[in-house]
Amino acid sequence: MKLSPKWKQRIAFSVLGLASVVVIVPVIVIFSILIEKGLPAINWEFLTAMPRMGMRAGGIFPAIAGTMYLVLGTIVVALPLGVLAAVYLVEYARQNWMTRMIEVAIVNLAGVPSVVYGLFGLGLFVIFLKFGSSILAGSLTLSIMVLPVIITASKEALSSVPQSFREASLALGVSKWQTIRCIVLPNALPGILTGTILGVSRAAGETAPILFTVAAFYLPRLPKSVFDQCMALPYHLYVLSTQVPNVNPKIQYGTALVLVALVFILNFLAIVVRAHIRGKKQW
Amino acid sequence: MRKFRESLIEKFILLNGLASILFVILIFFFLAKDGVALFKTVRLSDFLFGIFWDPLAEPPQFGIVPLFLGSLMVTFGATAISVPLGIACAIFIGEIAPRWMREFLKAGVELLAAIPSIVIGFIGMTMMAPFVKKMFSLPTGLTALSGAIALAFMAIPTIVSIMEDAISAVPRSYREGSFALGATHWQTIYRVIIPAASSGIVASVMLGIGRVIGETMAVMMITGNAAVIPRTILEPVRTMTATIAAEMGETVRGSDHYFALFAVGMVLFLITFAINLIADAALHRERK
Repeated sequence: MKLSPKWKQRIAFSVLGLASVVVIVPVIVIFSILIEKGLPAINWEFLTAMPRMGMRAGGIFPAIAGTMYLVLGTIVVALPLGVLAAVYLVEYARQNWMTRMIEVAIVNLAGVPSVVYGLFGLGLFVIFLKFGSSILAGSLTLSIMVLPVIITASKEALSSVPQSFREASLALGVSKWQTIRCIVLPNALPGILTGTILGVSRAAGETAPILFTVAAFYLPRLPKSVFDQCMALPYHLYVLSTQVPNVNPKIQYGTALVLVALVFILNFLAIVVRAHIRGKKQW
Repeated sequence: MRKFRESLIEKFILLNGLASILFVILIFFFLAKDGVALFKTVRLSDFLFGIFWDPLAEPPQFGIVPLFLGSLMVTFGATAISVPLGIACAIFIGEIAPRWMREFLKAGVELLAAIPSIVIGFIGMTMMAPFVKKMFSLPTGLTALSGAIALAFMAIPTIVSIMEDAISAVPRSYREGSFALGATHWQTIYRVIIPAASSGIVASVMLGIGRVIGETMAVMMITGNAAVIPRTILEPVRTMTATIAAEMGETVRGSDHYFALFAVGMVLFLITFAINLIADAALHRERK
């Protein structure tokens, strides 16, 4: 029996739809599990207290604070570097082999495994530059990891600013850098911010790069300077689920939920910024 | 004066642009600096072809083969799951689904991409591993298969998003031409659109594989961490990434073990470097 094209199409579309269901259902399942098992653990004490009894009780405040410090450190380093790199590529670079080299380098940075960033951070920042295992070393490592995300998003934002804006400014006798600073960058800012937030949300959730560069197993106090170690949410979840015996699952799921919530708040922020510009753009 | 300032600023911006190249070189240099030190005491051939990884044995064994095969098996499994699912999902999103469903599916895939790998590892360890254990009645659910399933779901967002871009980049006229000849929608998809988007498929698969090979935390928690040569996909394995993450904390700085982990890192870096170059070449060709 030979199937008519119409029936073939029906079967093919059903298979494709089924595949999409297989992709989406686990996402829903993961979120229901996290919320169902994690939400009962979350209360004011859990979010604001120090861990007690070898992390089996109390809160996860130092881990939340540590992740915040790392996110801030990553923004401070990666944002200017990434934006200026994008400015070079969009506004100054000519189509030559050097520009192509930079593009290939960015693609490769994006593909370097996170644990290799950890090794690199250990070799360069912790040992060679003698920062020790510290917030500084961890933030620098994470910054280099998220750099490709920020550069790519900033490039897109810069090239979406109409050419006529630049021409109008240059025609008034304004210099190239002033045009970029006063006309192009402000117009590209929302897009740049979106990319930056998405980049740091990735940094906030990463564990492997901070394993050897900053993360403290158990440190029930806040860091005093950028040369201190700190705890971090993803590493704390790793410790709770594999290194400490007899942890109440409620605390594990609670920590996982806080981490996911943090990453999602950052992502949501990016979506809001993006929607905001779409609404405001006049060109 | 103003000209001088402008050229100064331009040079400074150029430096920022060149930073990416510098970082790639620095990463390679710092991996190689400690990685190559291993070969003062261990022969290169013993590292590359040694079939035992046992840093605590006397004398210690640093053969990368079991780790490489562990990575290969998990990657192969994850690719076998994620490529068909990812491509099918991308076609469904790009071509078939009605608008509301498309937005829903896209949001779902984006959510999946945003879940940190440690959370995937945690859920995989507590929820999926017991399931795999029961289903195949194994002594442990922490196997290469469990790792492959978890990693497949981490690679799917990459594959879907690149693949969908490639599909939507196919010119409208191709579609219209095919319809005009009386082809059904499905015939148009697999005879016209998929071939036209083929370099996007290559790129998405390569980048998906790159993501899987480099993944560390989830794989470390789920695959059972046994540094032996696996015979089937239902046994515990240990990947190159997991070995670095699990053992670096226990090593003494400057010991052979420490250098060996950097050497493994160097191998990983070179593999992902090659994969990314291929993917980039495919995307570049498409743009032309």
